[in-house]
Amino acid sequence: MVVFKKPHALTDAPFHYCPGCTHGIIHRLVAEVIDELGIEGRTIGIAPVGCSVMAYNYFNCDMIEAAHGRAPAVATGVKRANPEEHIVFTYQGDGDLASIGMAETVHAAARNENITIIFINNAIYGMTGGQMAPTSLPGQVTQTSPYGRDTNHCGFPIRVCEMLSELEGPEYLARVTVNNVKNVNNAKKAIKKAFQNQIDGKGFSLVEVLSTCPTNWGMTPQKALQWIDEKMIPYYPLGVYKDRSAKEESAK
Amino acid sequence: MADKVLMKGNEAIAEAAIHAGCRHYFGYPITPQTEIAAYMAKKMPKIGGTFLQAESEIAAINMVYGVASTGYRVMTSSSSPGIALKSEGLSYLAGSDLPALVVNVQRGGPGLGGIQPSQSDYFQATKAGGHGDFRMIVLAPASVQEMAELTVKGFELADTYRMTAMILADGTMGQMMEPVALDDLVVKPAPEKPWAITGTKMQRPHNIVNSLSLVPEELEQFNFARYERYRYIEENEVLYEEYMMDDAEICIAAFGIAARVSKNAINEARKQGIKVGMIRPITLWPFPKEVFRRAADKVNSFISVELSMGQMIEDVRLATECKKPVTLCNRAGGMIPSPEQVLEAIKKAAKGGEN
Repeated sequence: MVVFKKPHALTDAPFHYCPGCTHGIIHRLVAEVIDELGIEGRTIGIAPVGCSVMAYNYFNCDMIEAAHGRAPAVATGVKRANPEEHIVFTYQGDGDLASIGMAETVHAAARNENITIIFINNAIYGMTGGQMAPTSLPGQVTQTSPYGRDTNHCGFPIRVCEMLSELEGPEYLARVTVNNVKNVNNAKKAIKKAFQNQIDGKGFSLVEVLSTCPTNWGMTPQKALQWIDEKMIPYYPLGVYKDRSAKEESAK
Repeated sequence: MADKVLMKGNEAIAEAAIHAGCRHYFGYPITPQTEIAAYMAKKMPKIGGTFLQAESEIAAINMVYGVASTGYRVMTSSSSPGIALKSEGLSYLAGSDLPALVVNVQRGGPGLGGIQPSQSDYFQATKAGGHGDFRMIVLAPASVQEMAELTVKGFELADTYRMTAMILADGTMGQMMEPVALDDLVVKPAPEKPWAITGTKMQRPHNIVNSLSLVPEELEQFNFARYERYRYIEENEVLYEEYMMDDAEICIAAFGIAARVSKNAINEARKQGIKVGMIRPITLWPFPKEVFRRAADKVNSFISVELSMGQMIEDVRLATECKKPVTLCNRAGGMIPSPEQVLEAIKKAAKGGEN
C-alpha cells in the first residue's frame, strides 16, 4: 500500500533550498493541488527571481522564468494568449512581488487578471544573502539593516493582502502559513481555492504564505517556525482578506 | 495591383501586423507612436485579438514576453524613452530566444527630450538594446509602404531566428500619410515552435523558457550558439537600396526620413553635374557592410546624413575601413536636415573639402 508519494506535478529534481526553509512544503502543496485538480497538462508556472528562481526545474508543468518582479505581467501575456486553455500561476517572493514588482502586482489585481499568485513572504531577501525586504519587520536585523529596521529611516513593512483588498479588482486574497500541521492544511485549502477560482473564471487570486528563512534569520529551523507565530503573525494576521464570490453568495 | 489606401505610417504598421497574424498587442501611450495603440484598441476586440494597455512599458514588454513564450505572434510599440524602459525585457527575450516585434517611432533625446522626429536611438537599437551579448534585427522603413512591408518581414524574421525584430522608424514616418497597398503583402506561414509553452497536455516533458544559466561554461556555449545564428543572419538577411551608385563619386549613407531628404538633394546635385549616389541601409543590423566596403573602392568620399549627432557614421567608417573620408551632415534634437543642407554637404564633398 502506498502511504506517501511525490505529487506527479513535481519533477525528480532535488530542491536546492536550505535546511528548514518552507519553500519545499509550499512547492509540494502547489503540486498536490495541481494533481488533485487534474490540470498539470494545461498549467503554466512563472518562476520569479529570488530563492525560488529555479522553481522551473521542480514543477512538471510548462514553466517560464521571468525577470525580477515581472511575473504578473508575463502571466498576463500567457493567460491572454489562450484564456480558455491556460491555467497560469506565478510563484514569487516578497522582494520580487512587493518591492520591484509592486506595480505589476497591483495592476494585475486591479484588472482582476484571471491568474493565481503564490506569494512567499519570509520578510527577507534570501537569495542575495539576507537583505532587508519590503516585508522585513520593524527592528528586524538584516545585512542592509544591521542596526534593525528603523522605520524612521526606511519606512514600514507592507501588508500586501490588506493593501490589495482595497481594490475592486481582485477575487480572492488570503494569508496563510505552513509552520504547523494545522496551518499547512489551511494553506493547502487556500491554494486550492486560488486555482479553482481561475478554473471557474473568477479572477485574480493571491495566497500569501508566511515562510521561514532559518539561514538568513540566523535561527534553527524549529526556532524559525516559532518566530512565525511570535513575530510575523502579529504583524501579518492570517485570514481571508477578500473573497468576492463568497461575499456575493452570502448576500443572496 | 491591389487597391491603395491612404494611411498614417503608424496605422500601416498596426494593420500590417494584423495582416501578419499578430493578435496580441501590449503598449503604453507615448507620442509620436500612440496611433498604433489606438488602432489596435479599435481593431483587436473585433477580430478576437488582445489589446491591453499596460501599466508601464516594462509591464508591456513582459506581457510580450509571456505571449512570445506561448509561440503566438506578438508585438509592442513605443518611442525612445519608452524603448529605454523596455531594455530589460529586450535582453530577456534575447536570453530566452523568443521571437517578438518591437516598434520604435523615435523622438529626440536624451532624457524626456522632445516629441519631434529623431534617429538618435541608432546605437541603442543596433548595439545596446539591453544588458548582455545580443543583437536585434533592426529594420528601417523609408515610406509608409515600407512601414507595412517591414512589419510583416519583421514577424517572419523574428520567428525564423527566434529573436526580436525592431522597426526603427521616426516621428515623421509614424505621422506622415501615404498610399499603401496592404493586400499585396504576402505572409509566410510561421514555422513550427516545439519549444513553445502551450501546456504539456501530459504528452511531452515540460518546456522551460529561461535565460538563467549559472554554469559559465554552459552560458558561454549559449552565447556562442546565438552568435553563430547572428553570423548566418549577417550573411543572409542584409537589405539595402542603392540609388544612382553606378557612377557615383560621392556616396551618401542615410536611412529612413534622412534617405528621402537625401534623394531630393541627390537629384538636385545631379542636375548640377555632381556624381553623387546613396546607399540606404534597410537592415541597420545586420548592417550592409559589404556594399559599403565595395563602394569605398569606387567613390571619393562618403557623407552620413543623420537625425542624430552622428551614430550610423561609425558603422560606415568601420565598413569602409576608413579608406575614404566619411563626413557627417546632421541635425539633432528633433530637427530634420533640409535638402539644401544636404546639397551643400554634397557640393563641399565634390570640391574635396571636409564638411
